[in-house]
Amino acid sequence: MSEAKVDSGRRTWIAITCGAGAVGGAAVAVPFVASFAPSERAKAAGAPVQADISALRPGEKMTVEWRGKPVWIVRRTEEQVNALNKLEGQLADPFSKRNPSELTPEYARNVPRSIKPEVLVCVGICSHLGCSPVDRFAPGAQPSLPDDWAGGFLCPCHGSTFDMAGRVFKNKPAPDNLEVPRHMYLSDTLLLIGEDSKG
Amino acid sequence: MADFKEAPAGASMTTQATVWLENRFPTAFSEYKKHMSEYYAPKNFNVWYFFGSLAMLVLVIQIVTGIFLTMHYKPDAAKAFESVEYIMRDVPWGWLIRYMHSTGASAFFIVVYLHMWRGLIYGSYQKPRELVWIFGVAIFLCLMAEAFMGYLLPWGQMSFWGAQVIINLFAAIPFIGPDLALLIRGDYVVGDATLNRFFAFHVIAVPLVLLGLVVAHLLTLHDVGSNNPDGVDIKKLKDPTTGIPLDGIAFHPYYTVHDLIGVGVFLMIFSAIVFFAPEMGGYFLEYNNFIPADALKTPAHIAPVWYFTPYYSMLRAVTDQFVNVFVGIVAIAAVLTVLRAGLSGVWKLVVLVGALVVIALLKAFDAKFWGVVVMGVAVMVLFPLPWLDRSPVRSIRYRPGWNKWLYAIFIVNFLVLGYLGIKPPSEIGTLVSQIGTLFYFGFFLLMPWWSRIGTFKPVPERVNFHAH
Repeated sequence: MSEAKVDSGRRTWIAITCGAGAVGGAAVAVPFVASFAPSERAKAAGAPVQADISALRPGEKMTVEWRGKPVWIVRRTEEQVNALNKLEGQLADPFSKRNPSELTPEYARNVPRSIKPEVLVCVGICSHLGCSPVDRFAPGAQPSLPDDWAGGFLCPCHGSTFDMAGRVFKNKPAPDNLEVPRHMYLSDTLLLIGEDSKG
Repeated sequence: MADFKEAPAGASMTTQATVWLENRFPTAFSEYKKHMSEYYAPKNFNVWYFFGSLAMLVLVIQIVTGIFLTMHYKPDAAKAFESVEYIMRDVPWGWLIRYMHSTGASAFFIVVYLHMWRGLIYGSYQKPRELVWIFGVAIFLCLMAEAFMGYLLPWGQMSFWGAQVIINLFAAIPFIGPDLALLIRGDYVVGDATLNRFFAFHVIAVPLVLLGLVVAHLLTLHDVGSNNPDGVDIKKLKDPTTGIPLDGIAFHPYYTVHDLIGVGVFLMIFSAIVFFAPEMGGYFLEYNNFIPADALKTPAHIAPVWYFTPYYSMLRAVTDQFVNVFVGIVAIAAVLTVLRAGLSGVWKLVVLVGALVVIALLKAFDAKFWGVVVMGVAVMVLFPLPWLDRSPVRSIRYRPGWNKWLYAIFIVNFLVLGYLGIKPPSEIGTLVSQIGTLFYFGFFLLMPWWSRIGTFKPVPERVNFHAH
C-alpha cells in the first residue's frame, strides 16, 4: 500500500470534494444560526407607551413597561435636583458624554438629564449586566452605600450606584449612566415614552 | 472477524445462549473485558476515588428525573412557573421527582468539585493523562451551561434575573457583544423565546454533548490507566507470566463492589437532603425563585446558586482600580522577562511591544468587559494545567511540605470567594475578593515556577497499600 504511487489526480478531486462539502455544510448552518435571531413578531413589539404623571407627587417614582423593560418616572424634590450639582467630582460621566446617541437624547444632556428639571425619565436597567437598580432615595449612610450618600439608586447585583439623575458613580462596575429613552410631553402631565418629535 | 464458535454437544441453555451472542456481538464481550473485568486499577484508591463513579450516578439521576419532569413541564413564559407548581402540588410524586432533580444539580457540583480537587492534589492531569483532564474540564464547562440554562426553566425571579445578568456578560464583549446577546436571547429582553431555546438546550443539546464527553473521558482514562494517591505508575511492574500490573486489581468485581459503599453513603446524604432540606436554607433552591419572574423588578439581593459564586466573586472584583493592578502586573512581568530570560534583542522588543498592547487594551475597554474575561479565564485556566505543572512528581504526598499549605490556602481562598459571591456587595468584600482573585490566578499562572521549587521526597517503586 505504502509502495503504491500517489495518484495526484484523484487526490486533487478528493480535496475539491472535501472543500465543496465544507462549503455546503457551512451554508446549511446559516439558516439554523439565523433562526436564533429575534422573530418578526418580537421585532414588531415595542410600540411607544403613554404615562399619566398627574398623580405622581414629589419624591415618588412610578414604573411603566416599555419594550419589556422598566421605565422609571421620578418626580424629584427641589433638594434632590439641587444636590445633583454637587456630585460632579464623584461621577464617571457627569455630563452624559459617553455614547450620547444611544443613552441620552439631546434634550437630556444636562445635569438633571431631563426635559423638566424635576421629572426624570430613564430605563431602570443597570448598564453593567442588566439588573434593575433599587431606590435608595433617603440620604445618609446605609448598607452598601457611602456615608455621604445623597440619594439615588443602588444596583443590588454588583453594587453600582447612580444619583437621582441616573448618572453612574466612579469606580463601580457599571460603565454608563442609565439610558434616557426618547420621550416627549403630550400635555403637561401626559408623557409618551419611546418616541419624541424627531421620531 | 473471529471464527464462528460451536457450543459443545449437550451444553446448557446458558452456554448455548452465550455462544450464540458471542458469535453475533463479540464487541460486547471484548469491551466488557477491556473496561470492567480486565481493567486493572491501582489497589490503593482512597476515599477521594469515589467521586468519579458518584458523578456518573448523579448524571443518571438527572437524566431519569429530567425525562419525567419534561412530561409535565411547559416551556412557555406564561405557563412555566405555574407548571412547576403543578408538578410540585398536583402530579403524583411530582414533588419528589422535582426535588431529586434540583438537589441532583447541587450534588453534581459537589461531587465534581471534589473529583477535580482529587485530580489536583494527586497530579492526575500529568503526563500521560492530559486528555483525560481536558475532557474533564470540558465536562465541567458543559455542566455549568446545563445548570445555568436549567435554572431559567422554573421562570422565577432568580431564574429571570440570573439569566439576564449572565446573557449580558456576553454583551460586554467589544464590537460583537450586543448582537451576540440578542442572538442568545432571541428577543430584546429575556422572554418566551429565551425560555424556549434554553429548554431545548437543557434537555437535549447539552446532554448529548455531555454524554459524548463522558465517554471520551472514560475511554482516554482506560487507555492510559488510572492514577492513584501515590502517583506511582503501576504499569512499570507487571507479573511476568500474566502481564497484569502487580499493584492493579480488576475493576470488576473489586471496584464495582467498593464503589457501592460510596453509592450507599451518597444516597443516604442525598435522600436526607431531598426529604428534609430540599431548599437547603436557600442555597439549593433560592427563596426569590418562588416568586414568578417580573421583568420590572430585580429582587433586592440577587446571587447565583452556590456553585457559581466563586467565579461570580471574581467577576465582581474587577473594578476600574483593579484593572490598574492588572496593568502593573503586566508591566512587571514584561520587565522581568526582558531582564531575566535569555532573550535576543528582537524578542525583548516583541515582549515589550506585546506588553504595551495588552496595557493599551486593558485601559481601552471597560472594566465590565475585563470582569467577564476574568470570570471566563478562571475556568479556562484549568485546561493548560498539565503543562503549567512542572513538578517532577505527581502526588502531593511526595511534593515539598510547604506545597500542602499552598493547596490548603488555595481551597480556603476558593471557599472564601464562594462565600463572598453569596453576600451583597460591600467594600471590604470587594477588596478581599480582589486579593482572592489575584491568588487564584497566581496559583495557576505562576505554577511553572513554584512547582519546581523545593525538595521532593523519593517516590516509592510500589504503591502504599495495607490490606485490611
